[in-house]
Amino acid sequence: MNVIFARDIEDMIETDIIIIGAGPCGLFTVFEAGLIKLRCHLIDSLPQPGGQLAEIYPKKPIYDVPGFPSILAGELVDNLIEQGAPFKPGFTLGERAEEIEKTDDEQFIVTTNRGTKHKAPIIAIAGGLGCFEPRKPELDRLTDFEDKGVDYIIKDPEKFRDKKVVIAGGGDSALDWTNFLADVASEVTLVHRRTKFRGALDSVEKVEELSSAGKIDLITNAEVKSLHGDDSLSGVTIYDKVNDNEVRKDCDYFIPLFGLSPKLGPLKEWGLDLNKESISVDTLDYSTNVPGIYAIGDINDYEGKLRLILCGFHEATLMVQSAYKRIHPDKNLVLKYTTVSGVNAFE
Amino acid sequence: MNDLITVFVTDLEGTRHEIQAPTGMGLNLMEAMKANGLPVKATCGGMAMCATCQCYLESDHELPEQSDDELDMLDQAFFVKDNSRLGCQIHITDEIDGIILRLAPEA
Repeated sequence: MNVIFARDIEDMIETDIIIIGAGPCGLFTVFEAGLIKLRCHLIDSLPQPGGQLAEIYPKKPIYDVPGFPSILAGELVDNLIEQGAPFKPGFTLGERAEEIEKTDDEQFIVTTNRGTKHKAPIIAIAGGLGCFEPRKPELDRLTDFEDKGVDYIIKDPEKFRDKKVVIAGGGDSALDWTNFLADVASEVTLVHRRTKFRGALDSVEKVEELSSAGKIDLITNAEVKSLHGDDSLSGVTIYDKVNDNEVRKDCDYFIPLFGLSPKLGPLKEWGLDLNKESISVDTLDYSTNVPGIYAIGDINDYEGKLRLILCGFHEATLMVQSAYKRIHPDKNLVLKYTTVSGVNAFE
Repeated sequence: MNDLITVFVTDLEGTRHEIQAPTGMGLNLMEAMKANGLPVKATCGGMAMCATCQCYLESDHELPEQSDDELDMLDQAFFVKDNSRLGCQIHITDEIDGIILRLAPEA
């Protein structure tokens, strides 16, 4: 870990605890830290808080959150955000925590892939399964064409205005973007491996209507098999599984939309003791081998570890106590009950 | 008293593992493989919402039909073949004793 001089850094988000990962565990940390007057800022690579609960299974009921016989994952996230709101957490969303540096005044600087810098004396890694990244199909030269005609995420639809676009996939994002880009791009082709779609019914119906009206080209039971182009993408070959033939299609963009999958990502480089893809911690306070950096929730590992949300909540609670002692070594922390003291929101 | 069945799983290196799994405990193949140390990620925990427990069925066992959830997920996955199944959707029962599976590359 490089040591950098605090005075050399400007335009920085400063807080007490930088939480990497805005899943349930990271969100609950905000509440527990707030009770002992520590401020938090969350960083997450996804554009919304909630981690896998929001991204993978928002509509699934969870039955083992204490006090809730059943709660939908998405509702639990909403509740956790509401519970932490009095403590005014900051959020850096849609950015991946990329680099951790240490300053000469015993603080950490966390920089995201977009260059946003955060400074705090404590880092809590609540990274769950890692960073969600687009799942990439196995196609020759796919990575060669990234940013040269291959996109996995659509940030600015205007980029595709009057262009020829081939989208692959059968889920909500493939359907939604096909419907949206039908009015923007000059030509939209949707390639799907089956005839049935996984997405919401109204999106499926709209795609079928657009196809019947000749506004998009819907090719089912088919797959994109190869990519063509010199420096940038100029076309794809689509394999029709039913008729066992191949069609070459000229296009400016190929957008494979096969969902997201978690990857451990940059945290491998942060000098932390790892056990396979988890961070080894001391169960006393869930501290890592780097003083000031903690790991809680699904990302950590210790003897007897259970990857349950309720265990992550416990870890978050103990972790912030240790963080407090590190920040205020001269102060005694007395446990206060919310039934007695209430929740004293931050100004 | 639970009965044990035998499951054969070939990993990505081509090594075949013989594992024993109890019936009657509500386990599925993904859980049995994980419990025996096989490198199954099972990102979603068994909800048929990822495909990291995808495997290929290499014996002629008759398995229950695939649910829409499983078909939909396999539809999004990579390396899918006609004999692809999600381990988490196959329950450990006497009917699958001796089943032979091969792990799919990470989907």
